[in-house]
Amino acid sequence: MIRTWITDQKLDMAAVLAAVGTPADGAVLVFAGTVRDHNDGRAVSGMRYDGYTDMAERVLREIADEAAARWDLSAIAAAHRTGDLVIGDVAVAIALSSPHRAEAFDAGRYVIEETKRRLPVWKQEHYADATSRWLEGVAPPATEPAP
Amino acid sequence: MIRVRVLLFAVYRDLAGTAEVDVEVPFEATARTAVDRLRALNDRFARLPAEPAVAVNLEYTGLDASLNDGDELALLPPVAGG
Repeated sequence: MIRTWITDQKLDMAAVLAAVGTPADGAVLVFAGTVRDHNDGRAVSGMRYDGYTDMAERVLREIADEAAARWDLSAIAAAHRTGDLVIGDVAVAIALSSPHRAEAFDAGRYVIEETKRRLPVWKQEHYADATSRWLEGVAPPATEPAP
Repeated sequence: MIRVRVLLFAVYRDLAGTAEVDVEVPFEATARTAVDRLRALNDRFARLPAEPAVAVNLEYTGLDASLNDGDELALLPPVAGG
């Protein structure tokens, strides 16, 4: 089972965890990417995530599909939050299950790294001194159109 | 002429002061043509980069992608999810 979603509501890790796991699994892996209170030596008060939601839903699904095709997984769930987040809020949640732990760790790493590389989402850091800035990201994959 | 809807996100939206704008381009224009037209519209749009990453109809593509009437062209700053 593969389930992915983008939401502007608070991410519930229990719901993500509940979406995976079968009696045949020997490993269930859960990852939460959270908003931390500092970055580059500055005190952070919160984070605003802007997303191209329609496209992000497609890209996150593609990433999950790729992981499911590449590793032996019984289920995978991945979600990304948008909107205004406070310190400690979950920005990205990933859960997956597999008969074997090595597959689970490798697949989980793939999903978070590809999410950071490809998901059309941007974050604006808000600082304790009331200033803010868009964080520098990575150039998304520019693919040339089919001839 | 055909009409495409251009979407702007994050820092590009702040630079341009708007989240979306319709742009008219010649039949069989490319994404590059639309970006050039947009940047020529006014001083605010001129702040956008000449060669941004783009998506057409929710798929990453290149600036040489051809456009059809009603397409959605998104200008994407370097992404920073997670």
